[in-house]
Amino acid sequence: MSSFTSPARNQFQEDADRTTSDAPRRTAVRNALQNYQSARDRTGATFTDWKAARSAASTIKHEAVNHLDQYLEEFERKFTARGGKVFWASNSQQARDYIIQLAKAKNVRAIVKSKAMTGEEIHLNDALVAEGFGVVESDLGEFIQQLKGEAPYHFVFPCMHLRRDEISDLFHKELGTAKTNSPEELTMIARRVLRRTYVEADMGISGANFIVADTGMISITENEGNARLTVGVPKIHVALVGIEKVVPRLGDLALLLPMLATAGTGQHLTGYNSMYGGPRQPGENDGPDEFHVVLLDNHRTRLLADPEQRDALHCIRCGACLNVCPIFKNIGGHTYGTTYQGPIGSVITPHFRGLQDWKHLSGASSLCGACTETCPVGIDIHHHLLHNRRNAAAEKPAPGESLLWKAFTFLMRRPALYRLATRFAPLGSLLHPLVEGTALDPMIAWTSTRDFPAAAPSSFRSQFQKHQAQKSGGSK
Amino acid sequence: MTPSTGDREAVLGRIREALRVPAPLKHPAERSAGGEPTTAHFREWLPPVGPSLDERFALFSRLCETLKSELVVCADMDAAAAHLTTLATEGGWKTLGLHRGSLTSALESRLPAALTRLFVDEGYDKDALEASDAGLTECELLVAQTGSVCVTGPSSGGRVLSVLPPHHIVIARRSQILTDLTEAYATLAAKYRDDYPSMISFITGPSRTGDIERILVLGAHGPKRLTILLLP
Ligand code: SF4
Repeated sequence: MSSFTSPARNQFQEDADRTTSDAPRRTAVRNALQNYQSARDRTGATFTDWKAARSAASTIKHEAVNHLDQYLEEFERKFTARGGKVFWASNSQQARDYIIQLAKAKNVRAIVKSKAMTGEEIHLNDALVAEGFGVVESDLGEFIQQLKGEAPYHFVFPCMHLRRDEISDLFHKELGTAKTNSPEELTMIARRVLRRTYVEADMGISGANFIVADTGMISITENEGNARLTVGVPKIHVALVGIEKVVPRLGDLALLLPMLATAGTGQHLTGYNSMYGGPRQPGENDGPDEFHVVLLDNHRTRLLADPEQRDALHCIRCGACLNVCPIFKNIGGHTYGTTYQGPIGSVITPHFRGLQDWKHLSGASSLCGACTETCPVGIDIHHHLLHNRRNAAAEKPAPGESLLWKAFTFLMRRPALYRLATRFAPLGSLLHPLVEGTALDPMIAWTSTRDFPAAAPSSFRSQFQKHQAQKSGGSK
Repeated sequence: MTPSTGDREAVLGRIREALRVPAPLKHPAERSAGGEPTTAHFREWLPPVGPSLDERFALFSRLCETLKSELVVCADMDAAAAHLTTLATEGGWKTLGLHRGSLTSALESRLPAALTRLFVDEGYDKDALEASDAGLTECELLVAQTGSVCVTGPSSGGRVLSVLPPHHIVIARRSQILTDLTEAYATLAAKYRDDYPSMISFITGPSRTGDIERILVLGAHGPKRLTILLLP
């Protein structure tokens, strides 16, 4: 293996080869996305002016991200004034340690979790389980993935790649339930299993979709009601949130919530959009006694330091760019090997986990621009893929590539030599079939999936000269 | 790293360092000139609603249909009580969770005595509430543009009553239907000033999931049914 590749890249190549030839899986994913696409088109069409709304959403996030320090401090001030606790974590280790120590100090035994990609990002479940805590994912898709022992396939639709019969088999095996072919019955099985966990858990853990600076709140968007229960019932609550999630004003959500819903799932508004400003307040009848917000940096400030790609932090994780991406549809979510899949994952992962190890994701794009087109906050996604490619090459040029270009330039500057070289092309064509597809084939990367066009028997230049000669000969 | 706030200074320091170079605004909002907040113009871009209460009601009821919320227009409190009694009889309810309020109390006094009431106002037993057949609440307001019911702690019996029992009943007045989220947030701001409830939730239809093959199933964790009893 040359140093040009990385373990992540090799894994990617291997998984992509396997998943692209898994036709039934690709059909399942396509069918799921078709339902999404028609719902999204229907709802998007009801907007008076989607484009103007998008510019406004982009402006709001730009304002927030470019004054991140001020808005985070404002949030912290307001939130702690109401009895909430804020913990700043530079990295995943600090975030995990804080949550584990808190759970130990409070004698927590059972933890119920609602969906949090930040939790996936810092491998929180594994750490909690290793410390002896019981952790149950309550979002249906996450619950299924947890049972399956698999990472989410898509950061909004965690188990979209599974067919109902596979889920039924999984439930049968893990929960001992009768097999069924009905999504409704499968959902009710999960409902029955999970309902008790809300009442029995001592601690709830969630993510958040937005941090609201001016009122000191976090906002959680969900469809199932599991986050409402996770934040409402247990005595202690911890929300693990990326620092970039800020919006300046509560009123900004009046635009962002409908846009998140429309782009994410094709709904006018997601089932439950809930804003929480601290623990149970005096005079209130329920809610947690303690409410902690863990603000997670974990390399987000690296992305922030790149003004060219800073707008990637505007992302509201709607998942729309995955849903329209031809690469995602073909290679599937797990192939990325990242917490955040799809186009936006390909943009941000190199910043989070190293450019040289993860640059291949930026190469795995047709640059069709469907992601940029669909993004509700107007992130220049596909241009950022190009920026990553450029930065990676500048930092570490591909071996032999500069030599190749030098040779090419040398040739192009010398017409006589170039003409001589073109004479050899037909010879190459003639010899190529002898090695095609073998390890000796210099074009193996191309010919393993495509035909290599045969060189024309004579060059354009010589054909043109012959043609001109004939013409002048005929007119005489 | 101090134990209470963690790596606060380091994170803030990195943010400030990173922000020393400004980033271009690539998609400037079309209407935020003259110092006006962008917020003021949301209505021009979002799905249209219409200015009158009748139009708001029409859109709200249309969306309820799509969302599979049950909107029941009631002539008066007696009619609302009659409908609720029918639901209780049909569903074989034993216990109704509820909170005290001008509308809920008036409604409750008209319900059959055989139905056990579980008031949550002074705290409640989680298991008992989990086992109850329905939860009856008031709401802060309703949102025409999205078909949503806005509940908060003070308006709706706390954080859990509106989401734990399998059937959520909302009693509201027609005049509570506002235009959109912008108006909803403005109304909440005017009412609570700087003393917001610790939870505000916009409920849009019964609990739902599409996690299995993107096929809609109602009642994933929260209520399987959402009934809105609308008084004049
Ligand atoms: S980059 Fe844009 S489209 Fe993709 S998840 Fe983020 S907000 Fe949605």
